[in-house]
Amino acid sequence: MLDSGEGYITPDGRQIGGVMMEMKNITLRFGGVVAIKDISFDIREGEIRAIIGPNGAGKSSMLNVINGFYHPQEGEVWFRGEKRPAMRPYEVAELGIARTFQNIALFKGMSTLDNIMTGRMTLMRANILEQALWWGRAQREETEHREKVEKIIDFLEIQHIRKTPVGRLPYGLQKRVELGRALAAEPKLLLLDEPMAGMNVEEKEDMCRFVLDVNDEFGTTIALIEHDMGVVMDIADRVVVMDYGKKIGDGTPDEVRNNPEVIDAYLGVSHD
Amino acid sequence: MFYREAGDFKTSYQDDAQTFPIKFDRYRYYAVIAVGLLVIPFAINDYWANAVLVPFLIWAIAAIGLNILTGYCGQVSLGTGGFMAVGAYACYKLMTAFPELNIVFVVILAGFVTAGVGVLFGLPSLRIKGFYLAVATLAAQFFLVWLFNRVPWFYNYSASGQISAPERTVFGVPVTGPETSAWAQYMICLLFVVVLAWAARNLTRGTIGRSWMAIRDMDIAAEIIGVNPLRAKLSAFAVSSFFVGIAGALFFAVYLGAVEVGEAFGIQKSFLALFMIIIGGLGSIFGSFAGAAFMVLLPVLLKNVLVGGLGWPTDLAAHLELLIVGGLIVFFLIAEPHGLAALWRTVKEKLRLWPFPH
Repeated sequence: MLDSGEGYITPDGRQIGGVMMEMKNITLRFGGVVAIKDISFDIREGEIRAIIGPNGAGKSSMLNVINGFYHPQEGEVWFRGEKRPAMRPYEVAELGIARTFQNIALFKGMSTLDNIMTGRMTLMRANILEQALWWGRAQREETEHREKVEKIIDFLEIQHIRKTPVGRLPYGLQKRVELGRALAAEPKLLLLDEPMAGMNVEEKEDMCRFVLDVNDEFGTTIALIEHDMGVVMDIADRVVVMDYGKKIGDGTPDEVRNNPEVIDAYLGVSHD
Repeated sequence: MFYREAGDFKTSYQDDAQTFPIKFDRYRYYAVIAVGLLVIPFAINDYWANAVLVPFLIWAIAAIGLNILTGYCGQVSLGTGGFMAVGAYACYKLMTAFPELNIVFVVILAGFVTAGVGVLFGLPSLRIKGFYLAVATLAAQFFLVWLFNRVPWFYNYSASGQISAPERTVFGVPVTGPETSAWAQYMICLLFVVVLAWAARNLTRGTIGRSWMAIRDMDIAAEIIGVNPLRAKLSAFAVSSFFVGIAGALFFAVYLGAVEVGEAFGIQKSFLALFMIIIGGLGSIFGSFAGAAFMVLLPVLLKNVLVGGLGWPTDLAAHLELLIVGGLIVFFLIAEPHGLAALWRTVKEKLRLWPFPH
């Protein structure tokens, strides 16, 4: 079903497009430690792609490779049909790849609004003189981008905390603001590093709804790391399973669930 | 009751993003500027200009400059004195090389020269952070003072090694040199302060200010969401040094008139500016003013009270003054670690409800 090259249709009837991002034989080493070993997988347009695996499997490292924070020693990253050269993270952001972090990485001293406005950094063009004089493009951009940001604020239902410094917000809301900041960049590919970690059931349900809505309404492709298997099996279209830096499974949730290697990695296996 | 935002609704994002979104604030600031422009110049005398107002205004510019770098962008700098010296010497060289050039342009150009030097000394910030960066900027401080002391070209080979400002006029009124009247000194500093504070406010609430604060709060996340750290840090160094350079140029040309670099722009000036922004409030334009006022006015006030009011001998008062200022700094930092700006915010919160308790 995945070999058509032209995408596929999910069980719930969404059309998934061609390959957006392809990781080819990625190997990442830190000194003698091999964090990722010869992993290849692809992410298709419009898809929700999950990366799962036990702690220390190299999932976060993989996201860091995707957004240019780590540079793999071997392998190639292809994005939208082109081989991507080694890039700095902010250049990758300009390509349209945004992400959230495992441990919340908001700008604590800034308000919710400013945090999300910062997410639109790559789309702002006014130069420093215009900004100093608050004149021309600077003023116009501030208003235009504010409108877009307000849409995201509405979408995430965080109107009431618009001007609150994010350091004062509870955990669940901070996660939501962080999602908003990533969405503000209007990304083509959104990377979510454990978006539901540390949440209670209601918060998880809310977050799932937002992730699905982002995918549905904005057509954003999503790659997410998550430990909650129930969530992954429910919302992901395809799943990559990693263990000790190696890929041990790849396919639809059902395929992965029945893969003996995956079961071994998660439940352990007796070697007698 | 005195201070309120109730009923002050905005119907466009443009309104919501103005400099002072709260109407009461806006009128209060307009009133302060109006008094500064229309009343004080007619009431000012030499004592007030030299002891209080002119140093306050100039230090306010320097404090805003340092606050942009340290308070907004999170890059600690101990080189403020050195950068002020760059502004002063650039101003001096330009004044003597181009006698026809208007002093206002000379001061602004001196700001740009300092911005260039600031970017140069800001380069280490791309690699090092925190205390280590502070030490690197400390090197800038000592190197720059040494340079202006040792290279005679900078002081035009004068025998004393000092630089002194020749007379320059704005609209026929002398603003530098010995003939300058108190109100002219005051007015030129005030104009620079108003324009620069407004520009600083615009920069810090816009895109570039957000990129600085993003770098300050979480530099790795900032880079991953698209803030170019090189551009953000170096622009903070450039803008900050521009402000500090203008402060240095005014300090030399308008306030002191003649300067010996080690004395006027030594390491204690760097610490003074740092104290100002810490006491005033990091990451706040208002805090820069409050800190500058605190550090400039408090010694004057104490001297007046101790010598003038209590009749103590001058030398005893001078020593006690240091003790009291130091003690007050410690007290304020314990009472309100986020500075006078945070204290002011608390007062505003209280004033909103006053005279009702809840």
